[in-house]
Formats: sequence, structure tokens, C-alpha cells
Amino acid sequence: MARTLIHVPTTARKGEVLEVRTLIAHPMETGYRAGADGRTLPRDIIRRFACRYNGELVFSADLYPAISANPYLAFSVIADASGSFTFTWEGDNGFAQTESATITVT
Amino acid sequence: MSGRGAALAVLAALLAAAGTLAQTTPAPKRSGFDTMSAGVQAMQRDDQQNPGMLWVADGEVLWKTIFGISFSCAHCHGDATKTMRGVAARYPDWDKVDGRPVDLVQRINLCRTRYQQVLPLPPESVEMLGLEAYVAVQSRGMPLAPSTARELEAPRERGRRLYEQRIGQLNLSCALCHDKLPGHVLAGATIPQGHVNGYPTYRLEWQGLGSLQRRIRNCLSGVRAAPPPWNSLEMVELELYLTQRSAGLPVEAPAVRP
Amino acid sequence: MSDSATADRSRRALLAGGVGAVLCVAWRPACALSDELAGALRGFTGGAPAREGKVNFDIAPLVENGNTVPITVTVDHPMTAAAHVQAIAVFNEKNPQREVISCRLTPRMARAALSTRIRLATTQQLVAVAKLSDGSFWTHTVDVVVTLAACIE
Repeated sequence: MARTLIHVPTTARKGEVLEVRTLIAHPMETGYRAGADGRTLPRDIIRRFACRYNGELVFSADLYPAISANPYLAFSVIADASGSFTFTWEGDNGFAQTESATITVT
Repeated sequence: MSGRGAALAVLAALLAAAGTLAQTTPAPKRSGFDTMSAGVQAMQRDDQQNPGMLWVADGEVLWKTIFGISFSCAHCHGDATKTMRGVAARYPDWDKVDGRPVDLVQRINLCRTRYQQVLPLPPESVEMLGLEAYVAVQSRGMPLAPSTARELEAPRERGRRLYEQRIGQLNLSCALCHDKLPGHVLAGATIPQGHVNGYPTYRLEWQGLGSLQRRIRNCLSGVRAAPPPWNSLEMVELELYLTQRSAGLPVEAPAVRP
Repeated sequence: MSDSATADRSRRALLAGGVGAVLCVAWRPACALSDELAGALRGFTGGAPAREGKVNFDIAPLVENGNTVPITVTVDHPMTAAAHVQAIAVFNEKNPQREVISCRLTPRMARAALSTRIRLATTQQLVAVAKLSDGSFWTHTVDVVVTLAACIE
């Protein structure tokens, strides 16, 4: 399980703008770099990120080797109902991680 | 000794004394933070953006982890947010048991081998960086205040001489770039004053967190000098001098630097 | 459409094209994409025309380190169910591969904006493209200077 840092407000008023910031620890090995022995290191990246709000897809991204290590993604969502956010990261070598955050919307 | 010989000897002594007393550290002291672009400064300032906080989060867990069959850091040191305040700002410090100076990384490993009875963590390992970052962040904002233990004076002086010594195939000393030429541009990068108030640091070049020793080794490669073994005495002595040189600057760990 | 209106439009188009050509020659051709970028953009738009505008690609013109470059792409367009930005993508010119990131947005987002950190192999041109719900494509092209770190490991 990779370390993640997710920042979503825990409470909000309906209609308020939520700034969502996500960071995940991952080397994002490009597949273009040579190792110490001169051979190319195989690609090992996170390929897809998705954010779901109460089950519905709100934002998703396809990541490529040009995304820096420890990928950071920040975007904004409108708070419309209490419930939970689910964040998923999927990538090479079967990498799959899910994190969630709850929110109370008044 | 003839009159002229004595005069020359006095002159040489005066020049030597002037050399050691001369303040070559740039004034005023400016943290590397000041020369960064706004985007990278924001990356450091905002905990929600600072990648170094990933390691701090690791360290927070490791602090309470029981290694092997012994006990956790928390067992002796309790709540790090209270007990570790000011610790990183003071290191390197003198280790009375082994009778030598040690930096924070070595101190953590000494705790492991002496008290927790577990193997030391390899240099720059994820666990070591996590613990180092977690301890260092507890001093964030406090001024760097190197230990005043008298036993550190001689090692620190040896560190200063290393700092001023020309080394490597490029025959450069730390002092040449970082005391005489900060603000100038080398290969598109602004030469900083080279302060050490931000370690462990998330370096954009590394795309990862690293300790001061790793950064110094980068500099040594840069001047084509063979780096000494990890955790050698010379490295700690140099760190001792560097910390004194940066004294007073606020601890920024985990800093972000290009 | 009347003959004079058509004539007016074509006269205007001729003038605009001429001025545009002069501008493209006089300035660094940020308005003229390199072939690599044009190809990548065509792949994203499926051949549909893409116009400069609405998109703001915020990136330092001189980056401190090409390994980790903070960027923010914003699109000046509402995010309502009726009219919103559907997708944002970023392409590069001189990395080993053209794609950087490709995102799908929904009207549940407050703004058509995203921030991330990217890798740039060298000084090059980059383009951020947005697809709107009405099917149109908008771009912002930038030139970025990348220097290497002075003391690498």
C-alpha cells in the first residue's frame, strides 16, 4: 500500500467549492531510463486516477510517464450531498489502490 | 631566530589567524527558499502539496511501530510532537557513549542498535527517511541552534577546513561557490548560499526525499571528487560546520529544493 | 447570404490571415505548432479544428528542474450540465512520448482546472487542449526553457 495524502474538507455547505488535493508515493518509472547496469528499467507507472463522489465519477485522468514521481493531482468539486469520496489509482504491475474520505454537507 | 625571520613568522601567524577569523559566510544569510520560483515555494509552504509530507506520514507510523521483539520509539520518547521539539535543530551532536559526533540519522540508528536491539536502517532507506523527516518536522520554524557541546569544537573546525579545501578533478572548494559566488548562475541554476536548514529535503532532481549527506555527496560528484563512505567521520564533521554556518535560519524540514 | 457580406468576410479573412502570418514569422512560432505536437493534437481532436483561446496553461517559462515542474491548466468556461468542459489534455514536443496527461471532467466539478507536476526532458513547446461539450476544441501553446541541475548524482 503506497502512502497517500488526501485533502478534502470534512464539512461543507451545499454548493460550496471543495478543493481536492491528492498525493501518492510512487516512483513513476518512465521505462526510458537506464539502470546502473546500462539496461533500460522497465516502465512502472500509475496509469489511471479516478475520483468518485457518492459512487458517481466526478473526475478521472490518464497518466503517462511524463507525470513526475509521487503524482500530485488537484482539482475542485461542488459539494452537493453528504457521503463519501473514493479515490482510485491503477497502474503497471497490478498496482491498485483505493482511498476514501467522508464529507458532511449541510 | 634572526629579527627578520621572527617578523616573517609573526606576519605568517597573523595572516593565518586572519584567515581563520575572517567571516567568509555570506551575510545576510539567505535560505535557499528565497531564490526559488513561486510555484516551488508554494510546493514547500503548503503541507497539502509538499511531497516531503508523504515521508513525514510514514515516520509518524514508524514512530509507534515495534521493531522486531523490542519496543517502539514512542515507548521511550512518548509524543514526538512534544519530546522531539528542537532536537533536529540541534544536531549533529556529541555522543558520549562512543565519544564522537553523530548526525540525526546516526542517532536514530544508535537508538535502534543500543536500545531497541535491532539492526540499523540502511542510508537513505524509506524507513530511515521517514523517521528522520518525522523528527525533523517537529523543529520546523525553530531557528537552527547547533549544539554547544565543547567536544564538538575540534571536529567542527576540521569540518570548516574540509569546507574550504579544494577537492576533486575540478579542484573546487565548497567555499568558492557558496561563500564567494552565491547569486551567480551555474548551468542555468542559481548558486545558493548552500544552507542546511531544510533537511531532509525533497529535491526536485531526485523526485524524492534525501538527507544532507546525500546532497553533499551530489556536490562531491559535481566536482568529480570521490565521496567518502556513508556515515564517515569526515561527513559528520562537515555537517557540523555547515550547521554552524547556517545557525539562526529557520528549520524548513521537509523543504523542497530544485 | 448577400454578395457584399461574403466579400466582406473573405476580405477580413484575407487580412486576418496576412496579419497572422506576419505575426507568426515575427514572433517565436507559439501559434505554429511543431509537427510532433500538431500530430498529437490531431489524435486528440480526431482532426477537428482547434483554436487558441479559453485555455490558460500556467507553467514557469524557465523551470528550475525538468524532473518536477508544477503546472495548472484552467479553462475559462462554465461547468454546467448544459455547457461544460469535457476533457483536458496536455502534450509535449520533445519527451520520449507526446502524451503528458489526459483528463475527463464532469459538471460536478466546480471549475475546469487541474494542477499536477510533470517531467520535461528539455527545452520544448507544450500544448494544453480542452474539449467542450459543444464539440469545440481550444488550446494554449507555451514554450518552456529547461536547464539541467548543476550537480547531478
